[in-house]
Amino acid sequence: MIQSFGFSSLPILLHGALWTLILSASTFVAAGIFSLIFALLRVLGPRPVRLLIAGYIELVQATPLLILLFLAYYGLSFLGYYFPPLAAAVISLTLYATAFLADIWRGCIEAIPKQQWEAADALAMSTPQKLRYVILPQAFRISLGPTVGFLVQIVKNTSVTALISFVELTRAGQLLNNMTFQPFEVFLTVAAMYFIICYPLSYYSEYLQGGKRARSST
Amino acid sequence: MPAVQLNNIKKCYGALCVLDGINLSVEPRDVVAVIGQSGSGKSTMLRCINGLEQIQGGSIDIVGHRIEPGTHSLRSLRKEVGMVFQSYNLFPHLNVAENIMLAPRVVKNVPKQEAWETAQMVLKQVGLADKVGAYPDELSGGQQQRVAIARSLAMKPKVMLFDEVTSALDPQLTGEVLKTIAELAAAGMTMILVTHEMGFARQVANRTVFMYKGQIWEEGRSEDLFAAPKTPELRSFIAPNLK
Repeated sequence: MIQSFGFSSLPILLHGALWTLILSASTFVAAGIFSLIFALLRVLGPRPVRLLIAGYIELVQATPLLILLFLAYYGLSFLGYYFPPLAAAVISLTLYATAFLADIWRGCIEAIPKQQWEAADALAMSTPQKLRYVILPQAFRISLGPTVGFLVQIVKNTSVTALISFVELTRAGQLLNNMTFQPFEVFLTVAAMYFIICYPLSYYSEYLQGGKRARSST
Repeated sequence: MPAVQLNNIKKCYGALCVLDGINLSVEPRDVVAVIGQSGSGKSTMLRCINGLEQIQGGSIDIVGHRIEPGTHSLRSLRKEVGMVFQSYNLFPHLNVAENIMLAPRVVKNVPKQEAWETAQMVLKQVGLADKVGAYPDELSGGQQQRVAIARSLAMKPKVMLFDEVTSALDPQLTGEVLKTIAELAAAGMTMILVTHEMGFARQVANRTVFMYKGQIWEEGRSEDLFAAPKTPELRSFIAPNLK
């Protein structure tokens, strides 16, 4: 069926864009939880745990996302664990994003001066109290800019899930192109939609890093 | 019974001992100044007393607690020993009242109202009652240091440790912080202060300890020690101040 690209095509793309957002948000939430745990263990955990997490981060950062995706989708199903495309997509994106976000957040925690830990120590605070009231609130402020910036990467990276036929924005564009044979119109529109999602995030990230400076330690 | 007693403590990095058999006894209401060159072990000794540094030998008895090599549970001790640092170390994301109320609230479970009243009281004590809502970066160095003192006082410590608390301040700001410390001394607080302010040590501390190469080289009543130093090392150390 050949139809021409026009306003009537938009619902397909918008539907795809919605799934891109859902995928990005799920990835961010899941990766956020793992990253916080990993970042804390990387800073405070016993040495074997720190090395294990460092190994994971190095390994995954050096692996293309597409390979992780194929491993989760084809590889695991070969072993008898079949995951539908959405699940395989979230799993692989989470593995991938965690490797970066945990590293970013570790840096933010380590950026808090040692004296802040000591001051909290001298006030008899326990480790959870030091983290909860002194270290993490400050690390959080530093992390906002880079974290929101990384969110842009997650949104764009969700496009590789098109390759396991998960119908997000890119896959929706591919399907639409198959129907219309108007690649320029279709993919430029797709690109514009990514821009509409990502630009506010980039802008906000710059704003957080530049204009509104976090209160720095003295 | 002494408030603080150091029994032959050692702190070594490999073969290098930065504290090499320190014995010191501090009575309640004593104000002990610790003087000496940089690198003589003054700050390290102070940091050992509330467990920020581990000791490798000897023991420390402090207001009913004991620290030995390998002691890890230091929280109950730290509830009773305040420490003020050279670099203030206020929590920059919290305002003055929150800085002061945090530890009493979360460590001692003091009710909010009571913590608030304590905060106002200790701020008044350091002369900064009007800064209760300010953030640390809105205060001068001297004011920040006085807030740090107030934060420590709010835990109602039995002993206060001061680690070169005026070294980062200009003479005028130094004056206001020293005045606060002198008032605490007059109120009977037991204190150990590492300082480079010889005049202050002489006036406010009833005892002075001179450290040299990781050891207590000379100690005594402040007026005696400054008026008649016995060792050539102390003599040459304080000579520039006597003119």
